[in-house]
Amino acid sequence: MTEAARTEPLLRVRGLEGWYGESHVLHGIDFDVHEGEVVTLLGRNGAGKTSTLLGIMGILPRRAGSVTFEGVETIGMQPRQIARQGIAICPEERGIFSSLSVEENLMLPPRIKDGGLSVERIYDLFPNLRERRRSQGTKLSGGEQQMLAIARILRTGSRLLLLDEPTEGLAPVIVQQIGHTIGALKSEGFTIVLVEQNFRFAASVADRHHVVEQGRVIDVIPNAELDANMDKLHGYLGV
Amino acid sequence: MFDLLGISPQVLMGQLLLGLINGSFYAVLSLGLAVIFGLLNIINFAHGALYMMGAFVAWMLLSYLGVGYWWALILSPLIVGVFGIVLERTMLSRLYKLDHLYGLLLTFGLALIIQGLFRNYYGISGLPYQIPEALSGGQNLGFMFLPNYRAWVVAASAVVCFGTWFMIEKTRLGAYLRAATENPVLVGAFGINVPLMIMLTYGFGVALAGFAGVLAAPIYSVNPNMGADLIIVVFAVVVIGGMGSIMGAILTGYVLGLVEGLTRVFYPEGSAVVIFVIMAIVLLIKPEGLFGKAA
Repeated sequence: MTEAARTEPLLRVRGLEGWYGESHVLHGIDFDVHEGEVVTLLGRNGAGKTSTLLGIMGILPRRAGSVTFEGVETIGMQPRQIARQGIAICPEERGIFSSLSVEENLMLPPRIKDGGLSVERIYDLFPNLRERRRSQGTKLSGGEQQMLAIARILRTGSRLLLLDEPTEGLAPVIVQQIGHTIGALKSEGFTIVLVEQNFRFAASVADRHHVVEQGRVIDVIPNAELDANMDKLHGYLGV
Repeated sequence: MFDLLGISPQVLMGQLLLGLINGSFYAVLSLGLAVIFGLLNIINFAHGALYMMGAFVAWMLLSYLGVGYWWALILSPLIVGVFGIVLERTMLSRLYKLDHLYGLLLTFGLALIIQGLFRNYYGISGLPYQIPEALSGGQNLGFMFLPNYRAWVVAASAVVCFGTWFMIEKTRLGAYLRAATENPVLVGAFGINVPLMIMLTYGFGVALAGFAGVLAAPIYSVNPNMGADLIIVVFAVVVIGGMGSIMGAILTGYVLGLVEGLTRVFYPEGSAVVIFVIMAIVLLIKPEGLFGKAA
């Protein structure tokens, strides 16, 4: 048992269920994330990984169960109230606003708490964004847009970041860069829940992996025990 | 050159000024419609009725309470804006997830009710509203006579249009507004209170209509139908400019006012339809409007 595991988890998800209209997509998700950890949600397409992030954020149209953050129950809250607790999302589609410049996109999410990164520090992490800060947000390359989507939630003081497939569709060199960034964020003390299809990428950055299937977490594998569980994992992911 | 066409410069300049005045109203009203449509996805058919209400509130403030033009210029848009917020909270907010058509039908019904109420109490003959003393009279510019009040209308609406454009395009609040127009769910997930923003935006949009109504009160008679007559043209302006663009709504308003004025000089019979002809042509060639983004 690590020291972190003995303390109260930062995020505690219990029996989280979620629906899109009539379609029941989450069937009781359970997992914990401790302060400073990077954990992944792995699974096939449609397993419920993105829906879990949207469920934590309160964006799912209907949800039930329990999601506590810093000990506060958020299941009855609106997304904006959940954001105000200190949770921030980087959505799969990135959500860069085309009517805003790069700098306006970066400055958009309001500061929730103290302790966010300064704009200077963010530009040091992502030098491309500094160069292109006057450009229209959607004129950036895919990789730059992804960096912008991550960069803008670092300013807010949120300590828990939900990153939905940040490497999707990006060139290997950019994926590597994002991997370095996540490492840097971990050492800054950010807590990260990462949804990934890119298993090798996930293995390079995370402390623990949760396997999601049919709207449930069916297995938890610490990164250290990954090699021993490779066959099992291949079975889960169908790769 | 003017003599060749048989038109005196006085007539031309006079009609251009009239066009600029009309264009000022088109610009302020279509700006309000564009702002509301952008964030609420609602085609606000009640806009003309709320413009009329702005004029009536100014008239009532003066007639019943002795409150003059300058205070009315602030109070009347506020009152109309608060009335709009009540409409938004009690009715419009239930329609955001539905098709445009429902918002259009609801606001059209509201427009009929508001106009009907005023017609019932005040008739349709129109009520006079004096030009404020400071703005009576005019300037002789040599080639034409410029009434002070008309110059004021052009200047005031230009300032309001520029101020609104600046607020939306250049400020942090405007960035929230633009972002929420694109993706309200994500903006909410960043911790911004989008429903509050929507409510205030509707209030602001209809307050613009109320402001235009106060500006119009001393020029046109204060009349329950004044909005219904104007709003049809304003909708044509919005269609020509394209719903998506703030600057587009403003420029199209002014330009079409001027085009209408010019038509009145060169082909008076066409002045009532010229905007609709332009609308038809724009719809054929660029259906998303001159400043609109292709869908």
